Amino acid sequence: MTAVVRAEGLGKRYGRRWALHDCTLDIPSGHVTGLVGPNGAGKTTLLSLAVGMQAPTTGSIEVCGGRPAASAEQLAKVGFVAQDTPTYARLSIAEHLELGARLNPRWDHQLARDRVDRLGLDPKQRAGKLSGGQRAQLALTLGLAKRPELLILDEPVASLDPLARREFLQTLMEAVAEYELSVLLSSHVVSDLERVCDHLVVLVDSEVRVEGEVEDLLATHIRLTGPLRDVHALPSDQHVVSASHTDRQSTLVVRTSSAVLDPSWSVTALGLEDLVLAYMQAPDESRASRALEVLR
Amino acid sequence: MTWLTWRQLRAQATAVYAAVLALAVVLAVTVPRLTRLGQGQVSLFDQLTRSDRNLYYAGIVVLALAPAVIGAFWGAPLVARELEAGTHRLVWNQSITRTRWLATKLVLTLLCAAIAVGLLSLAVTWWSAPLDGVTGSQRGSLPSRLTPIAFSMRDLVPVAYTVFSVSLGTALGVLLRRALPAMALTLAVMAFVQIAVPLWVRPHLLPPTSQLVVLGRDTLDSIMADDTGTPVRIGVRPAHRGDWVLSQQTVDSAGRAVALPSWFNSCVAPPPPVGVASQRSEAPDVSGCFSRLTAEGYQQHVVYQPVSRFWPLQWAETALLLVLSALLAVFTFRWTRRLS
Repeated sequence: MTAVVRAEGLGKRYGRRWALHDCTLDIPSGHVTGLVGPNGAGKTTLLSLAVGMQAPTTGSIEVCGGRPAASAEQLAKVGFVAQDTPTYARLSIAEHLELGARLNPRWDHQLARDRVDRLGLDPKQRAGKLSGGQRAQLALTLGLAKRPELLILDEPVASLDPLARREFLQTLMEAVAEYELSVLLSSHVVSDLERVCDHLVVLVDSEVRVEGEVEDLLATHIRLTGPLRDVHALPSDQHVVSASHTDRQSTLVVRTSSAVLDPSWSVTALGLEDLVLAYMQAPDESRASRALEVLR
Repeated sequence: MTWLTWRQLRAQATAVYAAVLALAVVLAVTVPRLTRLGQGQVSLFDQLTRSDRNLYYAGIVVLALAPAVIGAFWGAPLVARELEAGTHRLVWNQSITRTRWLATKLVLTLLCAAIAVGLLSLAVTWWSAPLDGVTGSQRGSLPSRLTPIAFSMRDLVPVAYTVFSVSLGTALGVLLRRALPAMALTLAVMAFVQIAVPLWVRPHLLPPTSQLVVLGRDTLDSIMADDTGTPVRIGVRPAHRGDWVLSQQTVDSAGRAVALPSWFNSCVAPPPPVGVASQRSEAPDVSGCFSRLTAEGYQQHVVYQPVSRFWPLQWAETALLLVLSALLAVFTFRWTRRLS
C-alpha cells in the first residue's frame, strides 16, 4: 500500500511559536483519515503544508508522491476544501463550475452537473447568496469534480448546522465509495469523524499523539477501573494514555496489545470519542513540567 | 485562467472603456471647430472660448489621474481582495500554479489598463495637438507639450505611468494583504511619483542643454521685481518655442551668476506694480537698458531641454517606468510564493 501523505520531521514555526512540531506521518492510500485535535493544535497548519499553501520550516512532506503544489500536475492530484469553504461571492454556481472546468485538466463535468442538480441548486444563483451548507456543498463539488487522488478538507462542517453536517458527510461518503479517492479531513468534533473515518491522526499541542486505523486503535485501547494505585506499577506492555484518580479509585486508559491479567481491574471497551479525549488529556511530560513551573 | 481573470475584470473594464469612449466622442465633436479656428489669420489662442480651454485642461487632468486611479482600483485589489475573501485558497488549489495564476491576472489587467489609457492619451493628444503651446497676440498661452504640465499627459508616457501604477498597486496589495490600505497607498505613492519625476528626474533623463542668450528687447520675457519694486531677475524667452527652461540666471562677463547692477533699477523706471511680473508687451521701452547690460558683458545663462527632445524624453521616461514596473512585478511574484 502506498502512502498518500508522508511527513518526515515536519515542522512549521510562526515567529517563535511552533504551530506544528516534529510531525512524522505515513497515511496509506484508500482511507478516509480523520485529523482530530483541539482548536489550535495545528490541524490547519498540517493541512496547509499538505496542499502546499505554506512551505515547512523543518522536515519534509510528500503528497501523492510529490512535493505539494510543486507543479500543475501535482496540484491536479490533490483537491482541497478550505476552512469556511471560500467561494467567489459574485460568481454564480455555473460560473464556479466553468472555473473548475477551465482550471483542471481532469474535470468531470457530468459529476459536477449531477451534484448541483441533486442538491437542488439554481446554477444561475450567485455563490454569495448561498447558505453556509450550500456553499460547503459547492466547494465540495469543486473538490470532487476535479477528480483528485486525495481530497483534503479543513473543518468542512464546523460552521454547519447538524442537518447540513449530516448531509455533507453523507455526500462525501457516497463520493468516496464511487470514485475511490483517499480523503484527509480535520475536525475538532470527534462524533463527526466517527461516522466516516477508518484512519485517525490525533494532533495535540502541535504534535502527533497517535495515528492508526480506527479498528486497531479501538482494539488496543481499553479503560481500566480499580482500586487506587501507582500507574508506574503496571506491566511494561501497558502504556498509560491518561489517568485519573480519586481517593479510592484509579481510572486509566491504556494502550496494550495483550490481555489484562490483573483481576483487580475491571476492563471496559472505549469508544472513539473517549479514546481521542484520553489523548487530549494525556499526562504529557512537557505539560506536566510546564504546570510545575507555573506552581513555582 | 484568462476566462476567470476576464470574468473578474469585466464590469470595471466595461465602465472604464465606456468612459474613454464618451470622452473621445466629446473631443471628436469639437475638433472640426478647432480646425476651422486654426485656419484663420488671428491667433488661435485669442479665439478659444472658456469651454475650449476647460476641455483642454480637462484632458490634462483626466490623463494625470487615470493611471493612479486605475492602479488603485485594478492593481491594489488584484491579489489583496482574494486574500481578504479567502478565495486564494480556492483558486490556488485548482490545477494551476500560483505563478501562472498571477502571471495571467497581472498581464491581462496590465494590457486592459494600458490599452484604455493608451486610447485616452491618443484621443487627448490628437485633440490637443493644435493647442499645445499656442500663445495669445497680447498675453496668455497654453502649456507646450514638453513642459511638466502637459508632458506626461501626452502620447506614450501616460501608458507607462499606468503600467507602473497597476504594478505598484498589485505589489502593495500583496504586501499589505488588504485592498483598501493598498489602494490608499497606491494613490499616495502615485501622487508623489507624478510630482517627483518632473521636478527631480525628468530634467536629468537626458543631459540638459545650456546656452548664453544676449539680453535684449526681442529675447526678453519678463522682469521680476521684489516687494519694493526693484527689479531682481530677468527672464528670457527660450530659443525655440516649446523649449522647457529648467533654470536661467544673469551672468557677468566672467560667467559668474550675479545680481543685476544697481543702475538697472533707475534705468527701467518707472517700476511695474509691486510684486507683479511685467509682461514684455506692456513693459516700457527698455532697449537702452539692455544695450548697456550687453555692453557691460551681462548675459543670460539658460539651462533647458530643447523642444526637439520631446520624443527622446518620452522614450526615456517610458523605459524608466517600465523597468520600475518590472522590478515591482518581480517582487510581487516572489512575495506571492511566500503567502499562505
